[in-house]
Amino acid sequence: MLLAAALDGAGHHPAAGRVAGPGADRPFDPFDAGAWARAAVLADRAPLDLVTVEDTFGAARARPDAALVAARVAPLTRRVGLVPVVTTTHTEPFHVASALATLDHISRGRAGWQPRISARAVEADLVGARPAPTAAEAFADAVDGVEAVRRLWDSWEDDAIIKDLATGRFVDRDRLHYVDFAGGTFTVKGPSIVPRPPQGQPVVAVLAHVPPADDLAARGADLVFVTPEPEAGAVRRRADEVRAAEAAAGRAGEPLRVVADLAVVLDATAGGAAARRDRLDEVAGAEWRTDAAVFAGTPGDLADLLAAGPGWGLAGWRLRPAVTEHDLPLVADVVAAALRPGASDAGDGADLTLRSRLGLPRPASRYAGSGP
Amino acid sequence: MSAAGDRPRKPVILAAHFPGVNNTTVWADPEAGSQIDFSSFEHLARTAERGRFDFFFLAEGLRLREQGGRIYDLDVVGRPDTMTVLSALAAVTTHLGLAGTLNATFHEPYELARQLATLDHLSGGRAGWNVVTSSDAFTGENFRRGGYLDHADRYARAEDVIRAAVRMWDAVPAGADAPAPFAYAGRHVDIRGRFGVPRSPQRHPVVLQAGDSDPGRELAAATADAIFSRHSRPDRARAFYADVKGRLARYGRAPDELKIIPATTFALGDTPGEAAERAAHIRRQQVSPQTAILQLEQVWNRDLSAYDPDGPLPDVDPDVSAPPIIQGRARMWADPMATAAEWRARAEARHLSIRELVIEVTGRQTFIGTPAQVADAVDDFVQSDAADGIILIPHLTPAGLDDFVDRVVPLLQERGAVRGEYETTTLREHLGLPPASPVARDRTGRGSATA
Repeated sequence: MLLAAALDGAGHHPAAGRVAGPGADRPFDPFDAGAWARAAVLADRAPLDLVTVEDTFGAARARPDAALVAARVAPLTRRVGLVPVVTTTHTEPFHVASALATLDHISRGRAGWQPRISARAVEADLVGARPAPTAAEAFADAVDGVEAVRRLWDSWEDDAIIKDLATGRFVDRDRLHYVDFAGGTFTVKGPSIVPRPPQGQPVVAVLAHVPPADDLAARGADLVFVTPEPEAGAVRRRADEVRAAEAAAGRAGEPLRVVADLAVVLDATAGGAAARRDRLDEVAGAEWRTDAAVFAGTPGDLADLLAAGPGWGLAGWRLRPAVTEHDLPLVADVVAAALRPGASDAGDGADLTLRSRLGLPRPASRYAGSGP
Repeated sequence: MSAAGDRPRKPVILAAHFPGVNNTTVWADPEAGSQIDFSSFEHLARTAERGRFDFFFLAEGLRLREQGGRIYDLDVVGRPDTMTVLSALAAVTTHLGLAGTLNATFHEPYELARQLATLDHLSGGRAGWNVVTSSDAFTGENFRRGGYLDHADRYARAEDVIRAAVRMWDAVPAGADAPAPFAYAGRHVDIRGRFGVPRSPQRHPVVLQAGDSDPGRELAAATADAIFSRHSRPDRARAFYADVKGRLARYGRAPDELKIIPATTFALGDTPGEAAERAAHIRRQQVSPQTAILQLEQVWNRDLSAYDPDGPLPDVDPDVSAPPIIQGRARMWADPMATAAEWRARAEARHLSIRELVIEVTGRQTFIGTPAQVADAVDDFVQSDAADGIILIPHLTPAGLDDFVDRVVPLLQERGAVRGEYETTTLREHLGLPPASPVARDRTGRGSATA
């Protein structure tokens, strides 16, 4: 069963930035590399299969660039997949493809990408006087963006670098390919500036609440994050919707890995967890309501709940720590150990790519053997 | 020291350039390693930090070069994304500045400012940005906006991008965790909103500029902290240095507030003879027979594949009417007819083949000699006002800087030309720059006094 954590600076609870973690004298600082390094190393030690790093294009709150955070912790980790949010609406697919291919090279095959649209008018204002797209337009553009990025990742065949002394050629240019992508609103010529990433195709993961997001996931993603109530009926209904979206999109090959999101407030006792949640809500001035269900309880009870997931049609879970420095250690050290005893042994899985952790084969380039 | 007179000696700025995608980088050497593996970047960065260098430098690629309509395949092809590598290098270094090229035409200023401020936080104040401009439709084919910019407007766009970035870096948060409102209205950049990265350790990451034309020099004088110069020949370097430093007063800046740092190369040996031999060997590696023909094509601007690299120069003239044969890099030769005539005369006088000629007229190492000779030459280069420091481009990945750090740097340290230990933490401090960008200090725009 896949186990992931969604990292968002101090944590997902609106009050997370105003409370210090256990033994700390100040809250997690999302602009302190050391804080990210500690979180990533915890996730790596467990190991969790992957961590996502939250981001938006426009600043809803103070956040560093997620792809750069992932790159900053990549040399400090060996096992955990690194999946930053990188937005699509106002960004260049060429740059996005280069950055994530580079993250895959740096992490030796542990990179992923969570694409996200940016449909707010205030976000369009950040790139100049242009009208904000509708959500439908932004999703259509994201489908194009993911396809363009995937083509760029394939634009170098794996063996394109030949270093042939006899002819003086560094590359065989017949194994480099123009992608000639033409979407609804943009074109990309290619090839990529970056040689093919170790995974061939880094993992693409989409958070989906609405049908256009299901469609984006079905067309372009390997993995989809969903947010049903954590019980059999709701999860199965949501998984069925994902399968229907796959059928509607004519998806072939590997099915989407369906991963359910769950926000977590953990403590040694159920009463302690409820008290933590109440205190956080009190600091925030409102009860925590978010798109995912909120679990407040012990790590043991959480592990029991998560263990039921595969029977409900889930590939796994992504947990959103309410307070990174409090809840992530419990997820990484206690919940992960309960679900997968022995997995944290030193050296285990250090050579696995993120794709192989997810049971995804390494795809050949779509252009392989197609000639010049 | 020669031209320095009674002035205090200048500290020599040292930077390490990761070997790039041109024929300076020798990939065919048995010692040549990967151009992509992170271990290569880590090795060079750690070596530079061991030598107490000011910064590491990484160039950017936005389109693979083509010659004659086909991807150029004789040099290193492909490289990783600049910012992603710099951020990862922040994890394996502690003091070394981390600078890279980010094109002002094909990046959005909001994204640039956000990424640079993020890198500055994640590196503890070590971020640097080399602003380059381009307007070619060839590169634009990889981007949403295409080749949208007039050639004449590229520096105006760059200036707007730099000023907009400083505006965002200076934006004041409305409260804890509340992104800072900003607006910038220029001819090329008209944006507004909230900037979600709080003030970074340097506040303004160091801005380098690489333009060499008159508007490029003027932009640097107005907005840059340092210039990545192409002038390494002492006479031309001194002329460039004097010209650019002379422009600073107009912007209320002192001469030492803009650092001039040319790209340079080197070859070392135990004796002068051995160094010369090594330099010649590297040059032959850099100019393969095939490379010699393609380099000549860049001047002649026509297909010369029928010519023998070991034979005489072509008797036909350059084709000055055809579109440029090479795409994806700046033109290296301003006057092809004059260059061709000069090269022909030179080859005829000394019976040089095409390859021998190309070896002689392109890319000779800046510094050739024993470690002591090179240390002398580097220090003299700086003290004689040819530069404020050098950006070293090794010819080998990843170990091409090892010898320089092991053998030349200790001599420079002995004479006090470079630091023996890091005494400062940010790149801005390493370089001895004022604490803020000239754009922020020059609040009323061009021609005003420093605040």
